[in-house]
Amino acid sequence: MIPSAFDYAAPATVAEALSVLADAGDDVKLLAGGQSLIPVMKLRLADPAMVVDLGRIGELSGVRDDGDALLIGAMTTHHQVATDPLVAAHLPLLAKAAATVADPQVRHRGTFGGALVHADPAGDLPAAVLAADATFILAGPGGERRVEAADFFQGYFTTAVAEGEILTHIRVPKYTGWGAHYEKFTRVAQQWSIVAVAAMVRVEDGTIAEARIGLTNMGSTPLRAAAVEQALAGTPLTREAIAAASAHAAEGTDPASDLNGDASYRRHLAEVLTRRAVIAAAGL
Amino acid sequence: MTTAEVGRARPRKEDAHLITGRSRYTDNITLPGMLHLAMVRSPFAHARITSVDASAAKSSPGVVAVLTGADVADQQGSLPNAWPITPDQKAPAHPAIAVDTVAFAGEVVACIIARSAAAARDAAELVDVSYEELPVVLDLEEAVKDEVLAHPDLGTNKSATWIFDSGEAGTGKPVSEALAAAEVLIERTFYQQRLIPSFMEPRSTVVDPTGEQITVWSATQVPHILRLMLALTLGIPESKMRVIAPDVGGGFGGKLQVTPEEAITVLAARHTGKPCKYTETRSESLMAAHHGRAQVQKLKLSATKDGIVTGLDVHLLADMGAYLGLVTSGIPILGAFMYNSIYKFPAYRFECTNLFTNKAWTDAYRGAGRPEATFAIERLMDELAVELDMDPLEVREKNWIKHEEFPFTTVAGLEYDSGNYEAATAKALELFGYDALRAEQVRRRESNDPVQLGIGISTFTEMCGLAPSRVLGALNYAAGGWEHAQVRVLPTGNIEVVTGSSAHGQGHETAWSQLVADRLGVPFENVEVLHGDTQISQRGLDTYGSRSLTVGGMAVLAAADKVIEKAKVVAAHMMEASEEDIEFTDGKFRVKGTEQSTALGEIAFAIFSAHNLPDGFEPNLDSDATFDPQNFSFPHGTHLAAMEVDTETGQVTIRKYVCVDDVGVVVNPLIVEGQVHGGLAQGIAQALYEEAVHDDAGTLVTGSFVDYLVPGAPDLPHFTTARTETPSTTNQLGAKGVGEAGTIASTPAIVNGVLDAVRHLGVKDIRMPCTPSRVWAALEEAKMTGGVQ
Ligand SMILES: Cc1cc2nc3c(=O)[nH]c(=O)nc-3n(C[C@H](O)[C@H](O)[C@H](O)COP(=O)(O)OP(=O)(O)OC[C@H]3O[C@@H](n4cnc5c(N)ncnc54)[C@H](O)[C@@H]3O)c2cc1C
Repeated sequence: MIPSAFDYAAPATVAEALSVLADAGDDVKLLAGGQSLIPVMKLRLADPAMVVDLGRIGELSGVRDDGDALLIGAMTTHHQVATDPLVAAHLPLLAKAAATVADPQVRHRGTFGGALVHADPAGDLPAAVLAADATFILAGPGGERRVEAADFFQGYFTTAVAEGEILTHIRVPKYTGWGAHYEKFTRVAQQWSIVAVAAMVRVEDGTIAEARIGLTNMGSTPLRAAAVEQALAGTPLTREAIAAASAHAAEGTDPASDLNGDASYRRHLAEVLTRRAVIAAAGL
Repeated sequence: MTTAEVGRARPRKEDAHLITGRSRYTDNITLPGMLHLAMVRSPFAHARITSVDASAAKSSPGVVAVLTGADVADQQGSLPNAWPITPDQKAPAHPAIAVDTVAFAGEVVACIIARSAAAARDAAELVDVSYEELPVVLDLEEAVKDEVLAHPDLGTNKSATWIFDSGEAGTGKPVSEALAAAEVLIERTFYQQRLIPSFMEPRSTVVDPTGEQITVWSATQVPHILRLMLALTLGIPESKMRVIAPDVGGGFGGKLQVTPEEAITVLAARHTGKPCKYTETRSESLMAAHHGRAQVQKLKLSATKDGIVTGLDVHLLADMGAYLGLVTSGIPILGAFMYNSIYKFPAYRFECTNLFTNKAWTDAYRGAGRPEATFAIERLMDELAVELDMDPLEVREKNWIKHEEFPFTTVAGLEYDSGNYEAATAKALELFGYDALRAEQVRRRESNDPVQLGIGISTFTEMCGLAPSRVLGALNYAAGGWEHAQVRVLPTGNIEVVTGSSAHGQGHETAWSQLVADRLGVPFENVEVLHGDTQISQRGLDTYGSRSLTVGGMAVLAAADKVIEKAKVVAAHMMEASEEDIEFTDGKFRVKGTEQSTALGEIAFAIFSAHNLPDGFEPNLDSDATFDPQNFSFPHGTHLAAMEVDTETGQVTIRKYVCVDDVGVVVNPLIVEGQVHGGLAQGIAQALYEEAVHDDAGTLVTGSFVDYLVPGAPDLPHFTTARTETPSTTNQLGAKGVGEAGTIASTPAIVNGVLDAVRHLGVKDIRMPCTPSRVWAALEEAKMTGGVQ
C-alpha cells in the first residue's frame, strides 16, 4: 500500500493555496483529512503529481455564528461538527449525521468539507446539508463564488468545485427549534450507509408545519424526498400520517444494487427509514 | 504438587509488549542491505500467459532484478500438499510463480526485487503481462459437471472422492436401510460460504541467505512444518535452513500454510545473495492468502415419529479452489467424523467430492471442517423439531449420549472418552432464562410485533488436540501429531521451557509457565518459555487444531517430570539418602520422615558445578519429552442465542448469547475466556457478516474490509459465558481444546435463532451470511407464496 511519488505543499493561507494550485497545473489534489484521498492513492487509483495539504490553513477550521446561519469551515472535523455547541443548538441534524460517520479515528481526521467535496453517494453529510439548503463558498483564481446545495452535487463523486478552486466554508441556515434525526442503516457499526435518511421537522400545535428530508445513497447524488416533504406539510402529528407520507420516499430515486442489497431493497428501506427518521425527529 | 497456578486467571505475560508496541513482527525486521519485494499478480481468474515483458520494470529506479515464472521454473518445485486423501487424488502442479497459466485472480506472475518497498511497488506497475483469457469455473454445482475445467490438463475438476460408511466400517448400520425405513425424512441443502481468515497481521517474510544457513523469518503458525516443506520444495537441505516465527499477529489457520510468497522470498534472496523482505498488502492478503469453508452440503436425516434419529447421509461438494495447499484436501475429512456430533444414531454415510474452481485455494480456517459439520447437524436437529412440532431442546436430549454412557464409540468410529451434555445444557438454560424468552416470543408473534424474537440452540462437540499420529497415518496425512518439549533448569534455578507448539497469539508463554511453575514448585516469574525458532526448538509440529495444551502442554509436563526424576538422583546423593526415600513437594526434595531438604535450584547449581555428582551422572538438568496422544480430546457445550429480527428491514440483532462450554480442566480461565469470545465472534461472523464474493469473471469483489465485513466489538453483544468441567481422560491434566469451540457452536446457534424468529411467517431457510437484505427477501418471498402460519 504505497502511493506513487508526489510533490507536497502545505500553504498557510487560502491565498497561498490558490497560487500553489494555479502554478501546479492540472495533476494536483487537495488534501483535507486524507481519509478518502490517501486510501485511493495507496491503491493507486489516483496518482496526483502534487498534493496540497490544507491542514495548516487555520481560517478553514471551526464553526462561526453568521446571523441566520452558521458558517462552517471546510477543514472542521467530523468530531468538531458532532460536538460543537452552536451546531447542537441550531443544526442538530448535522451533529447527528456527523456522529454516525465511521469510527472515532476517522471522525477526528476526516473533515466536513472533504466529505462534501468527495461526494460519495453513501457519505452521510451530503444528504443532511442538502436537506438544510446550505450554500457552498468556493475560492478560486477569479475570487469567491457561491453555489447552492441543490446545484453542488452533480453526480457520482462529482461536485461543482472546479479545477483550481477550494471549498472554504459552508453556510448552513439555522433551523433552531426544529426536530432533527439522522437514521442510518448499516450492517456493522463502522460501515458506510446502505441507505440513510436525514430529517428535520417543525412541529406546530400538533401538526407538522414543515419537513425537510434528505436521502443518502438512493442515487448517484444525495436527494431530497420532495414528495414526502409535501405530503407531510400540514399533516397531523401521528404515526399513521407519517407512515402514509413516507410511502413516497422512493419516488424519483435511482439507487444502485450492490453486495448490501439491490435497488428494490433500498427503495423499501428508504420508506421504512424515512418513517422512522420523521417519527424520531418529531419526538413521537 | 500444589495447584497455585493451574486454574489461576493470570493476565498474559505476552500482553505488555504486544499492546505497547514493543513487539517484533516480521515486518519490523530490517537487515543490513535488505531488498524489498513486490508481487505482480494476475487480474484474471483463468488465463494462459503468452508473454511477460519485464524490461521496463528492470530499468525502473532502484530495481535489482525481476523474477518471472520462466526464470525460476527449474528451482521453484511445486508447493506441497501433505494430505493425499485417496491414492488417486488429482492435483495440478503448484508453482510459486505461475509459468504458463494462472488459475485464480491474485496468482503471482512476477516478482520485483528492489532497494525499497516503494521502488518495488512502482516497478510492479511496469511489468507487461499478456494473457489469453480462458473460461472460468467458480461455482461448485457447476464444477461437478466437468463442463468448464479449472485445470484443463487434469481432464476433470474432481480431485478426489472420499467415503465413510458406517455399514462398511462396522461402526454402525448401512444408512440406506435407515433412510428406507424412515418415518420422518428431512432433506436439506446447506451452503457454507467461502470465508477469509482475516488475521490482523498480514503475511510477511524476511529471508537472509548470507552465512552457512538460510534464515527465514515468517508470519507463520508452523515454523517447523514450514522449514521441512520449504526445504523439500526448493531442494535445500533441511539442515541449511532455519525458520523463525517471531511475534505473529493471529492466524486462525490462515497461516498454517507453505505459501508461494515464502518460497519466492527464499528464491529472491538466493538469486540476489541479499536479505529480502516481502510484506503483503491487505488487498493481497484477502485475494491470495488461503480461504476457508466453501462447501455445499446435501443432507438426508431419517428419524422416527418420536424424534429418534436413525440415520444421516451426507453428500458434500468441497471447494479446493485452484490448488491444493498444505492440508486443503483434508479439511472436509476433519469434519467427516463430526456430523454425528453428540448424538448416538446408528447409521451414517459421508461422501465428499473435492472440486477445483478458479478461485484462491481453500485450507484450514478456525474449526476446519468441524464448524461445517456441526452447522449441518444442528440445523437438521431444528428442522426435525419443526417437522415433529417438538421443542428443539427435547429433540436433542432424546438423541444425545447420556453422561453415564461414556466412554462411547460413535457411529463415525471415534471413542468419546467423557462428556456431560445434560449438565452443560442445564446450566445454559438457567443463565439464558429460556422459558421467559419463549413466553416473550409468543407475545411478539401474537401482537405482530415488527421485531420478532427467535431462540437459537446449538450443542456441539469436536475432536481436537490434533492428533494421535496413528490416526493421522490411517487418514493418509503425511506427518504425525506428536509434540515436543524441553525443560531446562538453569544454574540459578530459573527454568527455560522450550516448546514445539509455536504460539501466534494464544498465550502459551503464560499457560506453559503456569504448568511448569506448579509442577516444579517454582514461582511463575522464574519460568521462561521459548518457541518459534527451529534453532531453539528443534522439534515440533506447531499450533493448530486446538492441540497446544492437550498435546504440547503434556509434552511440557512430561519433560518436567523427567527433570524431577533426574534431580532426585542428585538430591539423594547430596543428602546421603536412598532415592526411594526422597519425595518432591513444593520445589523441594525431602528425605521422608526427616527435616532434611534441598531446593531444586540448589541441585541445579550442584549439577552445574559438577564437583560432587553420583558416578556416571551427566552434568545437566535438562530433559526432553515427546508426547503423542492416544486419543483426541472432546470438548463440548451448549450455546443459546436470543435473536431479534426487524421484519421491516431484515436487520438481525443478537439480544442475548449464552454459552456453557466444557473444556475440561482449565489452566488459565482468562485465556479460555479470550478464546471463547474470539471464537464466538468468528462464528457469528459466518452466520451474519462475512462472505468472500466473486464476480462472474472470478474477481474477488470483497477485496477490502469495506466489503468483506468483519464484525467489531460494537456489533457483538455482551457474551454470557460459563463452564462445566468434565475432565478429559485422554491426557493427564484432564484438559480439552478451546481454540475452536466458540467458532464451531455459534454459527448454527445464530442461524437457528434467526429462522426461529421468522419461521412462523413462512420462511424456511436463509443462506449465510443472513444479511438484512437476504432476511428481508426471504420474508418477501414467504409473503408472495402465501406464508405458512
Ligand atoms: C474506514 C472509513 C470509514 C468511513 N466511513 C464513512 C461513513 O460511514 N460515512 C461517511 O460519510 N464517510 C465515511 N468515511 C469518509 C470520511 O467521512 C472522509 O473523511 C471523507 O469522505 C473525506 O474527508 P477528508 O477530510 O478525509 O478528505 P480527503 O480524503 O482529504 O479528501 C477527499 C477529496 O476531497 C477533496 N477536498 C478535500 N477538501 C477540499 C476542499 N476544502 N476543497 C476542495 N476539495 C477538497 C480532496 O482533493 C479529495 O479529492 C470513511 C472513511 C474511512 C477511512
